[in-house]
Amino acid sequence: MKADPKGVLTGTHFIDGDHACCEGALAAGARFAAGYPITPSTEVVERFASRVPTVGGSFIQMEDELAASIALQGGVWGGAKAFTVTSGPGFSLMMEHIGYAAMTETPCVFVDVQRGGPSTGLPTLPAQADMMQARWGSHGDYEIIALCPNSPQECFDLTITAFNMAEEYRVPVMFMMDEVVGHMTEKVVIPPADQIEVVPRKHTKKSVEDYLPYGTNGDMVPEMAHAGEGYKFHVTGLTHDERGYPNMTPQTQDKLVRRLQNKILSATDRICLFEEDRLDDADVVVISYGITSRVAQRAIDMAHERGLKVGKLRLITAWPFPDKKIVELAKHVKAFVVPELNLGQMVREVQRAANGKAKTFAVTHAGGGVHNPDDIFNAIVEASRC
Amino acid sequence: MLNVLDDDTMNPVEPFLRSDRMPHIWCPGCGIGTTVNSFARALIDSEVDLDSIALVSGIGCTGRVAGYVKLDSFHTTHGRAIPFATGLKMANPKLNVVVYSGDGDLSAIGGNHLIHAARRNIDLKVICVNNLIYAMTGGQTAPTTPGHATTSTNPYGTFEPAFNLPALVDAAGAVYVARWTTFHVRQLSRAISEAFAKKGFSFIEVISPCPTLYQRRNKMGDGLDTMKYYKEASKVRNGAPTGEVGLTLNGEIAVGKFVDRDRPDYQTLMRAQYVESLGDRYLGDTDHAEVETECACG
Amino acid sequence: MAKGRVSIVVERCKACGFCVEFCPTHVLALSSAFNSKGYHPPHVVHPEKCSGCDLCGMYCPDFAIYATKAAAADKAPAKAEANPAGGDK
Repeated sequence: MKADPKGVLTGTHFIDGDHACCEGALAAGARFAAGYPITPSTEVVERFASRVPTVGGSFIQMEDELAASIALQGGVWGGAKAFTVTSGPGFSLMMEHIGYAAMTETPCVFVDVQRGGPSTGLPTLPAQADMMQARWGSHGDYEIIALCPNSPQECFDLTITAFNMAEEYRVPVMFMMDEVVGHMTEKVVIPPADQIEVVPRKHTKKSVEDYLPYGTNGDMVPEMAHAGEGYKFHVTGLTHDERGYPNMTPQTQDKLVRRLQNKILSATDRICLFEEDRLDDADVVVISYGITSRVAQRAIDMAHERGLKVGKLRLITAWPFPDKKIVELAKHVKAFVVPELNLGQMVREVQRAANGKAKTFAVTHAGGGVHNPDDIFNAIVEASRC
Repeated sequence: MLNVLDDDTMNPVEPFLRSDRMPHIWCPGCGIGTTVNSFARALIDSEVDLDSIALVSGIGCTGRVAGYVKLDSFHTTHGRAIPFATGLKMANPKLNVVVYSGDGDLSAIGGNHLIHAARRNIDLKVICVNNLIYAMTGGQTAPTTPGHATTSTNPYGTFEPAFNLPALVDAAGAVYVARWTTFHVRQLSRAISEAFAKKGFSFIEVISPCPTLYQRRNKMGDGLDTMKYYKEASKVRNGAPTGEVGLTLNGEIAVGKFVDRDRPDYQTLMRAQYVESLGDRYLGDTDHAEVETECACG
Repeated sequence: MAKGRVSIVVERCKACGFCVEFCPTHVLALSSAFNSKGYHPPHVVHPEKCSGCDLCGMYCPDFAIYATKAAAADKAPAKAEANPAGGDK
């Protein structure tokens, strides 16, 4: 389905990542957002508050992130595409409701513009230290999708992807920006609406009698209905059966939770997006994401000038983690270099997937500023020697 | 001799129930079912289109109401029924959104959302079943538990001042505030019907027995004893200043309609503001008709 | 001929006693029989006194009892489920 032109600000813009993310949401069809101010994410919803009344929709600033993260889900069940935006401390508050979205299969987007942590940390400076939290922050077994843009252009493009994946898999999608990507101003090209593909809500066409809110047609993703249409369905965060009724037995739990997991894990070929370069004959592969990937590119170029065989794997999808790709690479590369703006998060996934078949060199940073390319370059050189 | 079910007639509230889930989990003598009964009858009397109703509950014994009513119903997280309901209403203003939850859920963990929704006058009908305790989790002190009651977390007796919920929501800005008990089945139904006819934040508190925990620990007998106590101790005080209707352990229960005023609701205010600022550029607050859907079956 | 008639959904009853107490004409009493959960449901001891006011139905927390006016009962179109045991247990 093509994007609704009312939400698409076609043209060439010079805007920052936060603003581009808002435009991406509007282009994707988001017409409701519930937010709470937190640096460095606030501009996303400030722009949304300014834009959405002239597009046809609404924004409400809630009293806290706990309210924002569930109000957006009420908006989804009321018929809208909806999202919220936050940073570390707010992300922590939203965890219960991310789990609720996963359990009730509410399609929605949570944008985290990462900043230094823990706690109040560095409100105006970048980090990438919420990556594990994005995956494991809520309690229980569930899967989410997490995307990492590395430019304002990607903040536009990938927000649309985030909404599309949310609708496709009926899952909350974490949009993991960082303060630099959010606040850097670059050229953002927004195409005409008819060039933007948007995934519509997976709404049931079944009759009221036949519709099962959590029944699947064999594709693991149930069809949805909205409140007010006469389906009189029930949604609960309790373990539930296909009717949506609470059914708290180990058997129902197993069936439900495994399906929530499998609907994502069985689709990793389509969900795991990455950018790769010169992997085939690489001795060392640099794995990075977000703003760090921009710096890593410089370090990789420096290594190429030195004649080193260095490949690049940029994670666009951080979760589910592209295990298959790492397993395949670990068979022939000597080492992975993983720079990230944290003290070691995604590098653990690389180590896990590599399973000892290749060495891993983490280039860690406590946050507050982007890496110096020299640090990544030096790690590449060291990795090449092993 | 037992009268078995008569096949020629039907319980007038049966169409509102998920009969396939009966009997429900509430204890013998618990008043929540009675409130649902009154609620169903209010729906019949006020002739609200059932398809337009969305019922949202939180966690707790009263939170289970959502699972037993045959309406679009949402059993959400503890304390957050009101913000979820707000989102529903924002995305689809045509919905009649009911929040049906307990005193702990709405006034403790949910307290912040309660006062903000009342302040904003979000068009929600909130039914707060107040059994003066956290029942589902085993009888802990709630913000509404009267002083000197015995609970599992105040085994030597409570000593905290309790919330006067009508005063709280009145001060926050609710346009309709009433309190009844589960004894007052007809008045409760009528109050719910009035709330449906009203635009804005309506709050109906229903005092209800928890025979298993609150009543038992405080030696107040069973559900029936409590209903008789409600009958004796209740005094109808329509229009009373809400500051004066606080509850005590064994004292008078002021019931009635305390507040019934008119204030523009949140969405009315929002639209007016946008129209004033944007004129023709304002395209309205929903566009979800444009959320086109695909047939997932083919 | 009584003005009303009581119907009881035996399997839903939890013997709280509200209906017995609040029936204005004392039509009901708790029986000595019991349902599958062990509760003693009410039974009609004075059917002739039933006015069909349905206060029993309004008070019942378990939707286990209701009364209809005799005239309504005769021309009631809906077929109720026979003894819905209910629950997905």
